Amino acid sequence: MSNTEHPSAPPMTFAERHASQIRQVRLYAHMFRGSFSSMLGLALVIAFLFLAAFGPWIVPYPEDTLGAVHMGSRLLPPSAEHWFGTDEMGADIFSRVIVGARTSLWIGIVITGLGALVGVPLGIIAGYKGGWVRACIMRVTELFLAVPGLALALAIVASLGPGLTNCMVALAIVWWPGYVRLVEAKTLAVKEELFVESARSIGARTPWILWHHILPNCLSPIIVKMSMDMGMAILAAAGLGFIGLGAPPPAPEWGAMVSVARSYMPDWWWYSFFPGAAIFLTVLGFNLLGDGLRDILDPRSHTR
Amino acid sequence: MLSFTLRKLLTVAGTMLGIAVLTFVITNIAPGDPARLVAGPNATEDMVETIRSEYGLDRPIVEQFVIYMKDLMTGDFGTSIVSTRPVLDELLRYAPATIELVLVAMLLGIVVGVPLGMLSAVYKDGPIDHVTRILSISGVALPAFWFGILMQLYFSVELGWLPVSGRLPLVARPPDMVTGSLLIDSLISGNFKTFNSALSYIILPAIVLSFPCLASILRVNRAEMIEVLQSDYIVAARAHGISSRRIVAIYALKNALLPTLAMIGLRFGWMLGSTVLVETVFDWPGIGLYAVSSALASDFKPVIGVTLLIGFLFIIANTLVDLAYAWIDPRLRRA
Repeated sequence: MSNTEHPSAPPMTFAERHASQIRQVRLYAHMFRGSFSSMLGLALVIAFLFLAAFGPWIVPYPEDTLGAVHMGSRLLPPSAEHWFGTDEMGADIFSRVIVGARTSLWIGIVITGLGALVGVPLGIIAGYKGGWVRACIMRVTELFLAVPGLALALAIVASLGPGLTNCMVALAIVWWPGYVRLVEAKTLAVKEELFVESARSIGARTPWILWHHILPNCLSPIIVKMSMDMGMAILAAAGLGFIGLGAPPPAPEWGAMVSVARSYMPDWWWYSFFPGAAIFLTVLGFNLLGDGLRDILDPRSHTR
Repeated sequence: MLSFTLRKLLTVAGTMLGIAVLTFVITNIAPGDPARLVAGPNATEDMVETIRSEYGLDRPIVEQFVIYMKDLMTGDFGTSIVSTRPVLDELLRYAPATIELVLVAMLLGIVVGVPLGMLSAVYKDGPIDHVTRILSISGVALPAFWFGILMQLYFSVELGWLPVSGRLPLVARPPDMVTGSLLIDSLISGNFKTFNSALSYIILPAIVLSFPCLASILRVNRAEMIEVLQSDYIVAARAHGISSRRIVAIYALKNALLPTLAMIGLRFGWMLGSTVLVETVFDWPGIGLYAVSSALASDFKPVIGVTLLIGFLFIIANTLVDLAYAWIDPRLRRA
């Protein structure tokens, strides 16, 4: 530490010690602010996180989110009292959509988190070790990628039985291979770098190299992918909910709400419109955010 | 090229084998007793036992696996519990509708996506570029089932232009089956009334299915075009006074199409997966709807059958894309 060498100098503040990182973050923030779509994505995600955190306390009819029945106010159109109208149980759709944000956030975090937790280590190991370890891991990965995700998830849910937890498990099972492929490719590139070779030559052990050199250099694409995947996982889970294999009613899950609402088409259009719009805006937000993050963190990668 | 093709075919066989193993694992991951699951909650102990021996569930797992693989090799996909018919027969009956839908959607995605991507690259940061950007970003985020419902509400209910759901009106007589595609079969038999009708039924589901695909084709094509348009040979072509239209539509597009082709292969599989949603919304009688209704009825064999079929179609599509790639770009044949 520099302040021990110069006892007369005042101890360095946090800002001084991390000056270069702070400059970097400032630059990122500046670039991010310059893009309208990135800021829109950030705003949508913040709104979503806010609703997920405080939803149950700010909704006008909290009891409606738990399956309360008001037969007197069935299927009312949107009004000042019920902004998004009411459903076939007389429950306030606005309240149910807002509380649904929490379910969706949970779904997104679990699927993306599990996917990354399994996929990233496997990818790093496959890329770094090479040889038969890599061959094994990549074969299995490619196998999972050979079947379209939603079809595979449907089969897994059919085997496990319907329900929100099983849906999340199924989607996590089909989600990790994407991370393996991403991280493996990145690791292959990073391990050829000089700093990895020098670390090895001064006797650093493999786990240390993986943790301190390989992982930090793979982090940007992982962050970008996780942001995108939050949206895509929510979308996929909503799809399974729509099919009828997800959360059973009256749980306030957006996909399941659209599914029930389908039988009340076309006269009661608001019933399916608002939960679907919530899914769309949430997924859009995470996609725009991920896109914006890619532009600043990982500018060389192609848009896909 | 021949050895490349043979190697590819070998990979296809290997992957198919792998998928078969994967589906067997999926069948057996469920905690609890599969026989009891099949028998239902009210079954007696005897009934469960009968089912157990009937399905071979009382045998060791390795033996079950061998039997499973042997059955698959001989085209035995098991029997549907709901319809009591062989799954293979039903797959063959439902598959043409799905393949027709996916191909029409694919065509739509290419025909609209490629020119739009081209235009927005040429007029980068212009109004067209902004519109297509919104289109391409929202395209991936739109829940297919919700988008489908909105389309039904507007075009079928509000305007009354197109039918809400199904593949043909109940009263219509389908044309003799030749290819399995209603559009082509009705044209072959010269039945234009049926053709128009079939077309009106397929438009909405095809648009909904193709939208995310269109969006990503557009994005890739735009990004590639922008890069290609900056390359030296384009500058040279411009210096030679070749017309701008010719440069963009022929010289640049050719090179930009390669990555687009890869995206098309990828999206084909994605669309096959999405048919479970789109076919549910539009009551399209394909394998997606078949898988969903079977899954809801806890009828497991058809779901596995559909998974295998979708995996198979996806591998075929990917292989075709690889071959097309190698055909266009000979450098790839060595890889």
